[in-house]
Amino acid sequence: MTTALFYLFAALLIGSALFVVLNRNPMYSVVALVFGFANLAGIYFLLEAYFIGALQVLVYAGAIMVLFLFVVMLLDVKPDKPRRGLVHLDRWWFAILVVLFLGLLLGIVPGAVRLITSVPAGHEADIGNVERVGQALFTSYLLPFEVAALLLTVALIGTVFLAKRKI
Amino acid sequence: MTAPIYLITLLPLIGFLINGLLGRFLTERQSGMVASGTVLGSFLISAQLTMGLMTRPGKNPHFVQTLFTWIEAGDLQIQAGYWFDALAAVMALVVTGVGLLIHIYSIGYMRGDPGVRRYFAFMNLFIFMMLNLVLADNLALLFLGWEGVGLCSYLLIGFWFQDESKARAGMKAFIVNRVGDAGFIIAMVLLYHQFGTLNIQQLANAAPFALAGRAFFTAVTLLLFLGATGKSAQIPLHIWLPDAMAGPTPVSALIHAATMVTAGVYLIARNSVLFTLAPATMNTIATIGILTAFLAASMAITQKDIKKVLAYSTISQLGYMFTAVGVGAFSAGIFHLMTHAFFKGLLFLGAGSVIHGLGGEQNIDNMGGLKKHMPSTHLTMLVGVLAITGVPGLSGFFSKDEILWGAFVRYEGFSWIWLVGVITAGMTAFYMFRLLFRTFYGQPRWSNQLHPHESPSVMTLPLILLAFLSILGGYVGVPEVLGGMNHFHHLLEPVVAISPWGLAGGHEASHFMELLAMFISTVAALGGIYYAYKVYILQPRMADELRDKLPGLYKLSFNKYYVDEFYGAAVVRPLVAFSQVLWTWFDDRVIDGLVNGSAALIGSGSRLIRQLQSGLIQHYAAFILGGVIVIMAIIYAS
Amino acid sequence: MVVPLHHIIAIASLLFSIGVLGVLFRRNAIIVFMSIEIMLNAVNLAFVAFSNYHGNVHGQVFVFFTMTLAAAEVAVGLAIIISLFRNLQTSDITEIHNLKN
Repeated sequence: MTTALFYLFAALLIGSALFVVLNRNPMYSVVALVFGFANLAGIYFLLEAYFIGALQVLVYAGAIMVLFLFVVMLLDVKPDKPRRGLVHLDRWWFAILVVLFLGLLLGIVPGAVRLITSVPAGHEADIGNVERVGQALFTSYLLPFEVAALLLTVALIGTVFLAKRKI
Repeated sequence: MTAPIYLITLLPLIGFLINGLLGRFLTERQSGMVASGTVLGSFLISAQLTMGLMTRPGKNPHFVQTLFTWIEAGDLQIQAGYWFDALAAVMALVVTGVGLLIHIYSIGYMRGDPGVRRYFAFMNLFIFMMLNLVLADNLALLFLGWEGVGLCSYLLIGFWFQDESKARAGMKAFIVNRVGDAGFIIAMVLLYHQFGTLNIQQLANAAPFALAGRAFFTAVTLLLFLGATGKSAQIPLHIWLPDAMAGPTPVSALIHAATMVTAGVYLIARNSVLFTLAPATMNTIATIGILTAFLAASMAITQKDIKKVLAYSTISQLGYMFTAVGVGAFSAGIFHLMTHAFFKGLLFLGAGSVIHGLGGEQNIDNMGGLKKHMPSTHLTMLVGVLAITGVPGLSGFFSKDEILWGAFVRYEGFSWIWLVGVITAGMTAFYMFRLLFRTFYGQPRWSNQLHPHESPSVMTLPLILLAFLSILGGYVGVPEVLGGMNHFHHLLEPVVAISPWGLAGGHEASHFMELLAMFISTVAALGGIYYAYKVYILQPRMADELRDKLPGLYKLSFNKYYVDEFYGAAVVRPLVAFSQVLWTWFDDRVIDGLVNGSAALIGSGSRLIRQLQSGLIQHYAAFILGGVIVIMAIIYAS
Repeated sequence: MVVPLHHIIAIASLLFSIGVLGVLFRRNAIIVFMSIEIMLNAVNLAFVAFSNYHGNVHGQVFVFFTMTLAAAEVAVGLAIIISLFRNLQTSDITEIHNLKN
């Protein structure tokens, strides 16, 4: 059951990601991405990462994508015109690069996974538990956590600064 | 109990942070006080450590302090550590001592400038970097200081960056220095490859037993010397220093006379063991040093800008120092470095006082007769001029003669290097007295609206202190032939390498010869003074007559041998033209769509150029991806 | 969880490649941005997969930080896009190359 669900989520995720990239209308892209992220959250739940799954829905699908939506609406971005002309030539070798990249990535994956799985996996219970994640965050990762908070503050100030018409 | 070494560098850093970050909350005076106070602290700690050093037993007394592991990547391990021995002590005292006086002077000189806090922040940063340079126990940290002082030099030359020519002068200094720094970096890599360490002491211990041949040491030391050439403005990389005079005068005094430009001499003295293993390099250094001394002196004779005269004089004196280390008289080189810091700092500050008093006038053609308007400045500058000239009894006399004597011993007699050194001493006397006479004596040539005035005491006090140092500074190293003990030489003896030519204070060679050599150079100096007196005081029209009689020589000297023009024609313009060709060629390539997939995929040579020029993010991203693919392919293949 | 680890990683790789595709091919800055988000999420997926495999939470903590970073990045990035759009009336990145000169 979970296996079937996983492949379903994965297929929807890949599909919506492709849609985001290939479709011409930014509005549709945003909506498709929200849908894709919801599927990703589903995968997270299947992988017992409940906290991250919830964050995915809240932060990504909720906050970040809404921001995207706002910007698309604010700027009133028109769908791309079909491209023509010189830049077109670049696309061929871009495509070859991407295919090569994916091929190599998939080629490396089995080896890498074998390498990782050669170390016996120690199973601890309850990895999806928010308490466990929180404990790690506030003990061994305390300093990065604080830095992340600082980063968000800086980003906030920077955004205000950038978006203001006049300083 | 002695204070930890890191406090010496930490204090100026704190001063930099206070002035740099909180400067706007400070008044001008507070800002200057903070800057001077931190340098004073460093000076006191250095002095205390030096005292501690004196009482330390052992052959080579020193303090070591390892702060932390700075760089750690695989086998490469670089500790950030300080090493305080006699050589470092001398340098630290000079940097903080002269630096302190110049900081105090700056409070008066920079009064009313809107950027005064920025100025003091940069000055403190400079002191911090310079102290890192002289206290570092490994070449990597030394290089950090080396680059740091270069950065501060750039920032302070272009301090009045609103004036484009000044900003350009800063860039010129930076770029010319880059040429030398490339040599430094390559030398570091070579040394690390050979010895597996960059620690200076470990290198010195390992070098004599290294398997590498003489060619290796010649290459490494030549590369290090290339770095020193850039930083210390030696021919052919001397062109940046005269332009560097665009900065505020105290900056010229601190960075471009007393401390930073002498870093090259320090570098060679610090790695003296490596250099003595490469006699070919030593000969090159001595030759370049003496040529620089001579040519720069000949350029100084015709310059009209008071600061430019001093700049060429600095290049010339640096040439002397390089001659000293080139002939193996390392302690003489450092000795001259120290006395030069005193009297050249004094001269620059005096020039600054004159410029200040005349409301920004720098041309000595428009000065004259300032003696009675600026008595303290006149008197102190007279001391400085006498010191640099090498009049017996002042500091310059002792240090310069030790260098000439070193050259004498090294080449076993009256060699051409020694001879050129003596001639240069005469020329030095001439142009320095020309400067003095043109500025303070004769008829006033400044316009009537100006009311020259003596500078405030915050500026004259450092002048007076430096004047005393210029007189007394030489007595730490009175040669034995004159009945002195040459303390300075014995202090540095354990630090620098023993020269293979058995030279030192003059035990081996005859005392008569030493006195004779000393006499000849003194006569040369006095001759130069007399000639300047004759040309500029007794027969004021003679200068013009001379110029008309020797137009070729005059033009050559006045235009600094056309070196700048030569670089412009030989390096800069071809480079620009070449870039132009690349640019048009490249553009045509893209527009014609000649870039086909496979060529770009392999990322042949054109990739670099295209990357620089396309301006399209996606191209850049594709290049990154290409790089990732290559790495992944390597992983996959292995 | 019965799905083999390398299937999840393969999906993450695929997702990442789609992101790369978008960055390289799309001219609209907003879509390029979204493609970058896709790439980030691909990495997150790999993190979570490994976290699940090893049975500890470190991977999830990393995902947490990635999300923080992504939020900051999106905020600043979108602000830049807005001000670019305001000045140049376009969000086509092939037309934005002022830095070139």
